[in-house]
Amino acid sequence: MCTVCGCGEGETRIEGHEHEHDHGHDHGHAHSHDHSHSRDHHHYGQGPARAHAPGMGQQRMVEIEQDILGKNDRYAAGNRQHFADRGILALNLVSSPGSGKTTLLTATLDALAGELPLAVIEGDQETSNDADRIRATGAPALQINTGKGCHLDAHMVGHAVESLEPADGSVLFIENVGNLVCPAAFDLGEAHKVAILSVTEGEDKPIKYPDMFQAADLIILNKIDLLPYLQFDVAKCLEYANRVKPGVQVLQLSATSGEGMENWLQWIRMTREARLIGHPALQLPSAAVTA
Amino acid sequence: MHEMAISESIVQIIEEQAEAQNFSEVKTVWLEIGRFAGIEIEALRFTFDVVSRNSVAEGSSLEIIEIPGTAWCLECGKNVDIKQRFDPCPECGGFQLQVSGGEEMRIKELEVN
Ligand SMILES: Nc1nc2c(ncn2[C@@H]2O[C@H](COP(=O)(O)OP(=O)(O)O)[C@@H](O)[C@H]2O)c(=O)[nH]1
Ligand SMILES: [Mg+2]
Ligand SMILES: [Zn+2]
Ligand SMILES: [Zn+2]
Repeated sequence: MCTVCGCGEGETRIEGHEHEHDHGHDHGHAHSHDHSHSRDHHHYGQGPARAHAPGMGQQRMVEIEQDILGKNDRYAAGNRQHFADRGILALNLVSSPGSGKTTLLTATLDALAGELPLAVIEGDQETSNDADRIRATGAPALQINTGKGCHLDAHMVGHAVESLEPADGSVLFIENVGNLVCPAAFDLGEAHKVAILSVTEGEDKPIKYPDMFQAADLIILNKIDLLPYLQFDVAKCLEYANRVKPGVQVLQLSATSGEGMENWLQWIRMTREARLIGHPALQLPSAAVTA
Repeated sequence: MHEMAISESIVQIIEEQAEAQNFSEVKTVWLEIGRFAGIEIEALRFTFDVVSRNSVAEGSSLEIIEIPGTAWCLECGKNVDIKQRFDPCPECGGFQLQVSGGEEMRIKELEVN
């Protein structure tokens, strides 16, 4: 349990946020339960039921009615408010491991350096390799290692933002842990989830991982430079994506050859500007922008 | 496997409630889990058993109330039941569907001592 904020996020390590986050559970055995599915229990009144002698009480029902991830959602709402106040466009990049998130990011940062203020939060289970790759572009980056955790959550991102302090009006890229399942459930407070799928994966990924592809506002189909060597059926992939999310926007590009990159860069520019209409951060002279 | 994080959140909420509502032992936990919540029930049970140890929820059993998947069909102009997010509308066969139910993940109630 984190003593600063009461969080219990296991073994997360955030660069620049050095309080203890290690409450290891020992994973020894599992009890066996009898999971009977009968619901014929007795209700001894509902709601706050504290009117009984302390100590041994009768069995009673206590109504909870709380979202299990309510706490994450509250942190996410806090992040979202912060981003709105500062005119920060936060993008949550999700994909399987190896789809090219970091490669796309470094290419994007190289292209937009000097034009827009940029910052990156990198999520990986271990190592700061990806944050190092990002910092090599000159953009400020901060690594979160989730240890065994398979996703970033809004609380980790909140701490990372405190340390990273992205400039007003910046684009904040959050590279989530490579995983198409778990990050779907954890709102980080981002403006958009961007799902990246590469042509070396199956074209049916959108229907295999529908939760994620439905949550994404933009899909990037990466590594199209490899299409001549593969059997990947682009039309089929687009059809599947549209089944999961009717009308979803899909950008086809290659992060390594640069083909199609301009569309993505333009999407970032326009999305940022649209969000900044009327916000003082848009009035920043671009000369003041540091890469 | 985010079921670990989900289980940790469940135990955390139960511990808060134990304080607020004055109980020290939980026998049964009723959860409402939507069909599209992305939760593996077996993984949830396993991780819950592990993370609830040494908490008021130790030894309690999980009862899962599954919430079916529903979607709003733009063509038909009504809610329809679907099994998967990418299913066509069972009535018109179209794909212009917006999921309207089945993403729930709630602790409903507890049986406590
Ligand atoms: N041919 C090709 N390879 C790519 C492309 N984008 C990424 N890669 C390669 O895919 C591998 C994984 O990329 P990486 O960015 O680390 O993926 P991440 O795990 O999603 O961050 C690396 O070897 C990249 O060089 C692309 O557009 N074309
Ligand atoms: Mg990476
Ligand atoms: Zn903390
Ligand atoms: Zn219909």
